[in-house]
Amino acid sequence: MVNRVVTGAHYGTGSWLAQRITALVIAVYSVVALVVVFVGKPLSHAVLKDLFSQGWMRVATLVFMVSLAWHAWVGVRDILMDYVKPDGLRLTLEVLVILLLASYLGWTVQVLWR
Amino acid sequence: MASASAKKLRPKYLSLSALLFEIRLPLPGWVSILHRISGALLVFPFAAWLLFMLDASLASEQGFERTRAYLDLPLVKLGMLLFVWAYAHHFCAGMRFLLLDINRGIELKQARLSSVFVLLISLLLTAWFGVKLW
Repeated sequence: MVNRVVTGAHYGTGSWLAQRITALVIAVYSVVALVVVFVGKPLSHAVLKDLFSQGWMRVATLVFMVSLAWHAWVGVRDILMDYVKPDGLRLTLEVLVILLLASYLGWTVQVLWR
Repeated sequence: MASASAKKLRPKYLSLSALLFEIRLPLPGWVSILHRISGALLVFPFAAWLLFMLDASLASEQGFERTRAYLDLPLVKLGMLLFVWAYAHHFCAGMRFLLLDINRGIELKQARLSSVFVLLISLLLTAWFGVKLW
């Protein structure tokens, strides 16, 4: 009989904590972005371009998207582990989600530094 | 054998009608399942949709105007409304879960009250956005 303690190594604690920290990053960026958009000048192409040409906005947006991808990965993985029981199907879906999140990041870099 | 007890057949009373009409989720349960559903919707399709619109409106003057016209379509507005609800609910419910994590509001009464707040505030935010949109 294999006496392995599967709950003792804190396998999920890192993910759990990462999800909460990234949640705070996402929340702060969202509120700041809302304030900037609603309190600032009425949106136009020039205003938007001006905003996203600033270094701090580009870096903040990238940090936001990395946090979002990480946060989403933990969340979607939880959902898949709960509802998708066949291992092969779950693995396939997990790979697809990773590819989706990676392409979001690539797309974001492209939008920010074009 | 450890697996023998795990495989013992137990009666199940879950049927579709039981799920729909007999088992009623308490309000914190609704907040929780809607947190999941809204989260999944935000990952796909909403994140891709918003990136697409940001991409277009940053690319060129015409792209910005096209996005603005696109956002005037009734179906697109409806989609935006669903997005706002998903974001607002996920945000409010997430804040509630963070507070629960640090043991704030874990008493039954407070937990019920905060779940009512989460559901109401996200619906009110969605309604406010809807009024601004139309």
